[in-house]
Amino acid sequence: MGELERTKCRLLIIGGGPAGLAAAIGAYDEGERDLMILERETRLGGILNQCIHNGFGLHTFQEELTGPEYAQRYIDQVLERGIPFRTDTMVMSVTKAEDGTKEVMTVSEEEGLVLYRAEAVVLAMGCRERSRGALNIPGFRPAGIFSAGTAQRLVNIEGYLPGRRVVILGSGDIGLIMARRMTLEGAKVLVCAELMPYSGGLKRNIVQCLDDFGIPLKLSHTVVRIEGKERVEGVVIAEVGPDRKPVKGTEEHYDCDTLLLSVGLLPENELTIGLGANISRTTNGPVVNESLECSVPGVFAAGNVLHVHDLVDYVSEEARLAGQSAARYIREAEGGTVEEKARVEVKFSGGIRYTVPTYIAPEKVHAFLKIRFRVGDVMTNRKVVLYLNGKAVSAKKRRVMAPGEMEEIVLTEKLLKKYPDVTDLEIKVEEDA
Amino acid sequence: MENRQLTCIGCPLGCQIEVFFDGSGAISLITGNSCQRGETYARKEVTAPVRIVTSSVRVYGSRKGERMVPLRTSAEIPKEKIMDVIRDLRGVSVPCPVHIGDVLIRDIAGTGADAVATKEVE
Repeated sequence: MGELERTKCRLLIIGGGPAGLAAAIGAYDEGERDLMILERETRLGGILNQCIHNGFGLHTFQEELTGPEYAQRYIDQVLERGIPFRTDTMVMSVTKAEDGTKEVMTVSEEEGLVLYRAEAVVLAMGCRERSRGALNIPGFRPAGIFSAGTAQRLVNIEGYLPGRRVVILGSGDIGLIMARRMTLEGAKVLVCAELMPYSGGLKRNIVQCLDDFGIPLKLSHTVVRIEGKERVEGVVIAEVGPDRKPVKGTEEHYDCDTLLLSVGLLPENELTIGLGANISRTTNGPVVNESLECSVPGVFAAGNVLHVHDLVDYVSEEARLAGQSAARYIREAEGGTVEEKARVEVKFSGGIRYTVPTYIAPEKVHAFLKIRFRVGDVMTNRKVVLYLNGKAVSAKKRRVMAPGEMEEIVLTEKLLKKYPDVTDLEIKVEEDA
Repeated sequence: MENRQLTCIGCPLGCQIEVFFDGSGAISLITGNSCQRGETYARKEVTAPVRIVTSSVRVYGSRKGERMVPLRTSAEIPKEKIMDVIRDLRGVSVPCPVHIGDVLIRDIAGTGADAVATKEVE
């Protein structure tokens, strides 16, 4: 095979879902005109296309949109700006060339292999679902076991009903949404089992997707056996103790033909890992700085590839910043002004599991920066306090915090100007009397 | 009338609210909520609960081979009418192209709301 010619494009955005669309708009509005979105599906919009339920965009548009409607708002903005995109195009690898540019290998039915050379890249590949293999449930491998998102695609995009009698393991939002969706399409959803003593799904979904249809939610329960060889014939559910191990004697059998798994999402970072960027062991996404730039300069990340979000509004907001940062990076690289800035690690305590970003170069914060984080447990009557050089500089009360709800605290440029010598930055969750 | 137990959807706290009724069926007591929003939610949920219904129907003649178009009710409908709306969607098939906001079924299930498309399908 001969050497491929390199197609130049200053900014490539990998993924045309909510993150990729908002990143492209952010970069364009920051002045970048030589950019392109690469999308592996046939249409833009990503996973929103199959999320036909409402509840999207309350923060951004002050109205409740369905997934496809929310996506279209951003697709329209991309079209208005004339931002080019390639659909049915799969990115195979991202590598860093010796001169600091990025080489992006793509393949499509229409064009075959195309190798791009870009100044900057925004990673917006989203996430995928944890599969049965990640759970170690014993049994054969019969037909009828689907991730909730696969079932969602089958029902909403392909127009098939994947089963008639359904058990759902995991009470993540997609599982809850599918409990309702399958019920409306004529299936009988018998039970939703959740390993944890609380649901990771939104209260609203528990009420409107389970309670509305009389579907029981069994907390601290898990699937211990899947029966059937060719097709699922039944599922055995058992209660789990505080150690999350099944308790003997609590097994219950359900006759069913389908098991849906809604057991968590994993950022899809094969490209990021291939590139050699540092990955966080907590989020499974790249470690980023205030510009959402990962450990490889000029490569930015946003959305579910960075950390799994619960609201698409936050994805769009975050991705806009990644796009803006990429445009600024290219501009500065051209002016030869990219330099290593002193950076401060974001420290945290009091039950916080992680923050995004991990590092902050204070002088690169434009106007404000939202530091997003999650807590590891349900907590009530707390306050989130921001410390700069050991001094509490801002606090906000939180009546309740839960692992399923992403939190944020705002760091303003103005505040950072007051502490020009900041070397220590910490976010603490404290009791609020 | 028996008392009703509800989970509040106002915030992640998810208060377990109990609503009691007097002999005439009027609300006599709402407890378990931690704020005013919980009371407002409970009052509406036990007197006139409403929902937006979303679903999908088949399309034909799609240039890109798409099979389904998603839809929503144009307004909230009474909760007890959800299955009536779904029944009215059975067997429905619409020609492409479909645009967001296109009315697919007017006054679905006599709710006064229309079933409108929520996706562009060429």
